[in-house]
Amino acid sequence: MTCAETFSNYALRSIGMGERLLPRSDFDLCQQVVLIGSGLIWNLYFAVLALFVGFFIATGLAVARAGRNTLLRKLADGFIFVFRGSPLFIQFFLAYEALVMLPRAGIEIFGFTVATSWLTKAWAGALIVLILNTSAYSAQIFHGALMSVPKGDIEAADAYGLAGWSRFRRITWPTMLRLAWPAYTNEAIFLFHATTLVYFSGFPAFQQRGDALYYANYFADRTFNPFVAYPVAAGYFIVATLLLIWLFGSVNKRLNRHLPGQGGRVRYRPQLVR
Amino acid sequence: MLARCADPALLEGLPWLMCYLTSGKHMMFYASFGTVLLLLAITAPLALAFGFGGALASRSRIAPLRWFGWLYTSMVRGVPDILFFLFVPIAVDQGLEWLRHKALCDSDAPIRQGNDFVVCAAAKLPLSTDPQWVHEVYGFALAVMAFAVVFGAFAANVLAGAMRAVPRAQLETAEAYGLTQRQVSRRILIPQMWTYAIPGLSNLWMILIKATPLLFLLGVEDIVYWARELGGAKTSAFTYPHPDWRLYYFFAILVFYLLMTWGSERIIGRLTRRLSAGQATLAGEALRKGAA
Repeated sequence: MTCAETFSNYALRSIGMGERLLPRSDFDLCQQVVLIGSGLIWNLYFAVLALFVGFFIATGLAVARAGRNTLLRKLADGFIFVFRGSPLFIQFFLAYEALVMLPRAGIEIFGFTVATSWLTKAWAGALIVLILNTSAYSAQIFHGALMSVPKGDIEAADAYGLAGWSRFRRITWPTMLRLAWPAYTNEAIFLFHATTLVYFSGFPAFQQRGDALYYANYFADRTFNPFVAYPVAAGYFIVATLLLIWLFGSVNKRLNRHLPGQGGRVRYRPQLVR
Repeated sequence: MLARCADPALLEGLPWLMCYLTSGKHMMFYASFGTVLLLLAITAPLALAFGFGGALASRSRIAPLRWFGWLYTSMVRGVPDILFFLFVPIAVDQGLEWLRHKALCDSDAPIRQGNDFVVCAAAKLPLSTDPQWVHEVYGFALAVMAFAVVFGAFAANVLAGAMRAVPRAQLETAEAYGLTQRQVSRRILIPQMWTYAIPGLSNLWMILIKATPLLFLLGVEDIVYWARELGGAKTSAFTYPHPDWRLYYFFAILVFYLLMTWGSERIIGRLTRRLSAGQATLAGEALRKGAA
């Protein structure tokens, strides 16, 4: 099989298109590069969706935590404590076991039957866990930033007659984002790396459709040689991480564009905010 | 275990549960919490040592050593730690067996034959004649190695940052007093950097706690292994039949980790307070004002 054939057979294997059978013997480098790259689709899927949805939940949690409503504050505190205080790995297992316990026939709500079986699939169940997890970590970052919004900014907004929602949208929120962005970049990178855990926790890889590390592990197990598949996967992750840093760096520039001499590079300090 | 637990089929309710929770398998489950604590106790100092070496290497004046230090500290930035957890144990295992093969075997056969990794019986690690506990200790040691390498790289990042944070003037003053490079490092740089390293290191400790369930991926019989083993549905063929209880077991593990992180956070809070007392920092100033 030439490399071009391998590519057309396996480039979309992780989402169920192309050749059904994974290579069993005579593994070559091309197969490993193509299949592991195919698995990266899942890592990107989890990371992009979890970060996108988590961003909004985190903003809400941070505001709730800084707000005056005691009940909301306690709820946000508890949520953040549970998801930041326990390992993601255990959260995956717990969520999977909980979702499996849902009645298989679906739940009856107001006469409609709501199907539940899709929740035990990785694309939905693991995504929910990742969303909640990144919401908690980002909320902690956003809350810290919200607390350090300069008092003068708020007073200036008051002087201009801004209040309530418009003050939040135009002054508080952009400043909070600007202050939180370097730490949030680290969180995004960490979450992206954490997506590799999905198929090693409870969630099964349906029809061997897995992520990059799932396929790397597959090859390392079959060839009994960790020195090819894992470096290939590592290479993919390094490139993707650099892209992510670039993307977040350009957002950072935009957030800081009104400040002279600011908005330089985000210095990436891995995981040290967690 | 206990005499009244001899025939659990006759028991019901609370006595049954008491007997169930004190069965031999459960004792191994409880002991596996000790495995986690043991891993933490061994890995933390080892990772700190690795990190120290890495940080010093990245500041070295010998170029190859500096490159190595740079590579070591930056490898964890772009690559998921889980990848290292999968890679390091098998790589170390094969590396050791390869070295022993070179030293102990006199065959010229290549080690990699197709998809097999072949060394002679004398070079196997651990030897196939070794008792079971040697295999378990070896597996645990490989896991510790993987954790130490990954967290050593994190610690190297923290310590290198802390070394950079030590005011340059202090080092220059020491040089002006005629101290050699080595003396400057030992007497000024290293004692002074700890203040800057503590926040990063305490963060690292929290991450280390939350990484311990990954022992399961490395094939060690840890709490996750036992939770899956004990929680799975048991038919009446077993002494204690029960439906799928894995949810409760994982919930117990979740509570264990929440307690661990909560306790650590409190201890670290106290430590930080004590360390910032008398320091010329904002935290130290706040403490001084609070006391007055």
